[in-house]
Amino acid sequence: MTVRVGDAAKAPDFESAAKPLLQNTQLRHNVRHATDVIRAKRAAVVDEMPDWEALREAGRRIKEHTLRHLDVYLQQFEEKCTAAGGKVHWARDADEASRITLDIIKSHGEKEVIKVKTMTSDEIRLNRALEAAGITPYETDLAELIVQLGNDLPSHIVAPALHRNRMEVREIFMRKMGLKELGDTPEDLTEQARRYLRERFLSVNVGISGANFAIAETGSICVVESEGNGRMCTSLPRLLISLIGIEKVIPRFNDLEVFLQLLPRSGTGERMNPYNSIWTGVSPGDGPQEFHAVLIDNGRTTVLADAESRETLHCIRCGMCLNICPVYRQTGGHAYGSTYSGPIGAILTPQLQSMQHSRSLPYASSLCGACYEVCPVKINIPEILIHLRAKIVERGESPFSERVGMKAAGFALSDGRRLAFAESFGRFAQWFFERDGKLHNLPGILAGWTEYRDMPALPKESFRDWWAKRKKGGPG
Amino acid sequence: MNARDEILARIQRSFPAVPRSSAEDHAAIPRNYVQTSSLDPEARLELFEERLRDYGTEVYRCAPAQLPETIALAMSSAGVGRLLVANEVSEGWLPTMAGVSFAHDSELSYEDLDKSEGILTTCAVAIALTGTIILRHSRDGRRALTLIPDYHLCIVRAGQVVETVPEAIRSIEAPATSPLTTISGPSATADIEMTRIKGVHGPRRLGVILVLA
Repeated sequence: MTVRVGDAAKAPDFESAAKPLLQNTQLRHNVRHATDVIRAKRAAVVDEMPDWEALREAGRRIKEHTLRHLDVYLQQFEEKCTAAGGKVHWARDADEASRITLDIIKSHGEKEVIKVKTMTSDEIRLNRALEAAGITPYETDLAELIVQLGNDLPSHIVAPALHRNRMEVREIFMRKMGLKELGDTPEDLTEQARRYLRERFLSVNVGISGANFAIAETGSICVVESEGNGRMCTSLPRLLISLIGIEKVIPRFNDLEVFLQLLPRSGTGERMNPYNSIWTGVSPGDGPQEFHAVLIDNGRTTVLADAESRETLHCIRCGMCLNICPVYRQTGGHAYGSTYSGPIGAILTPQLQSMQHSRSLPYASSLCGACYEVCPVKINIPEILIHLRAKIVERGESPFSERVGMKAAGFALSDGRRLAFAESFGRFAQWFFERDGKLHNLPGILAGWTEYRDMPALPKESFRDWWAKRKKGGPG
Repeated sequence: MNARDEILARIQRSFPAVPRSSAEDHAAIPRNYVQTSSLDPEARLELFEERLRDYGTEVYRCAPAQLPETIALAMSSAGVGRLLVANEVSEGWLPTMAGVSFAHDSELSYEDLDKSEGILTTCAVAIALTGTIILRHSRDGRRALTLIPDYHLCIVRAGQVVETVPEAIRSIEAPATSPLTTISGPSATADIEMTRIKGVHGPRRLGVILVLA
């Protein structure tokens, strides 16, 4: 098995990847602006829902239930989809999923495909496999188009080009579309994307999509989107292939009533996104007359096997945990080295790969818990981060600096006199590094604390000293 | 072992003892969210209109007898002279006056649809709270009809407007037998600097005529 999550296996660790990104003020500005806007929109449309917490709880319970009966629901989906004229394939890993997809396209002799944004496709690196086989993939989601034309990687699971501003998009479009003139307003750029893709929508014979939800009861797929490119890709081509992570199945059609409320309000801060497309197999006289559903494991059953962290698979890919995360907001998505960035990426990426790669990601968090609070399906990300850190420590694979630090802390904190000594030593030693009550340029393994942020100096007097000095029974 | 059996076996190994059937277990999921209407019919329609307008949808209200002239009004305000008509739209609703004309869908090619000015359809159900119309394509026309033309005008009967998402989803009978599209305003994107732009690949203008029964 070759489980692949983008190129995460080859990515540098989070800390090294984050350093150059933290120097990029343009990128940091773009990420901060974009996440601020989504957060404000999301807050407004969540606050107006009196039953938001009940919806979150229902969402969590449906997902938990689905995982418990996943074998039943996947087989039911297969049966219903097949009965409606679809063909269902199963793929153990990324390569098998790519091979199945390529074989279908090749059997029709097609050379071009139109794609609606699918993170699963990024995960299995489908575009690379298509190009190697001489097949041209056209990304049609505006953000994915920007990423594709810019030879870039997605930096956010909902808005993959969120790290780019309008001038950068304009430059990419002019260069790649061979334009001499192009305005720089978002309207101009959107209009240009429409012109560029229109002909391809109407003429390309193969569509590729992901699935937000695969409904076991009916064998239907639901794709959630805004631009209409999803409708184009799933209803105009003659042949349609949907890549579906096995955790995307939901039991009943009516369960959509929960997720179609949670996802748009969390994902883009809308009461409802402009379009949801729902179809079942093949409909005579309407849309693709050949439909393939590829059910992909690629590490998901490994995540499922750990009872303490399997709720990672509840994720409906709204991206809100990225927008709220104080770490993501500083570095953007590329530091995570994975298709899936932010808090959810930090727990999903290493687990999919059996904790063999991306082991720095569970440490890319301050454990503040904001991600848990906004998660529409209540994934306890901070707890899973700690669980994964514990796994790494148990396997003796924690970073050297952490092992030394923990040893030292364990020694000092286990005895009051040692702690008192450590404190007074710290107050003495910081004299070399203190300026304006802040510490600067700490040496060695402490450097990370002062390189990109202010670290307050130790106060002149510790609590222990103050406690010892105060008059017994006095006001202190 | 083939991929299917291997994946299923791996799932089953993670749950050695599942206590009850999936159906019983599903029925036990608590659903304490809002599932019914709380507004009176007029307030519901007002909310629907407000939410539609919030997305930049043009909204008209009329009595059944005024439907032809309201269609003509919507067309003239959208600058559209000729509309394609999905088959559920009855002939009697269409205005017969100079300057407007209609054609029923006759398996037009995508290129022909791209040249057409717009499409007139009905819908299956509408949601006030989210400003959503839901098309059931077996009755409301094949999917390309409401996708390729740049203008979509939709007739919604007041009785089709429910307040909440659960009411709408539950009203759809035998959902697997027809493709469904939910539409909430004209196509849009916020992919460049999170600035919402109305009108991308789907119809750039959406009109709704609310017919009071």
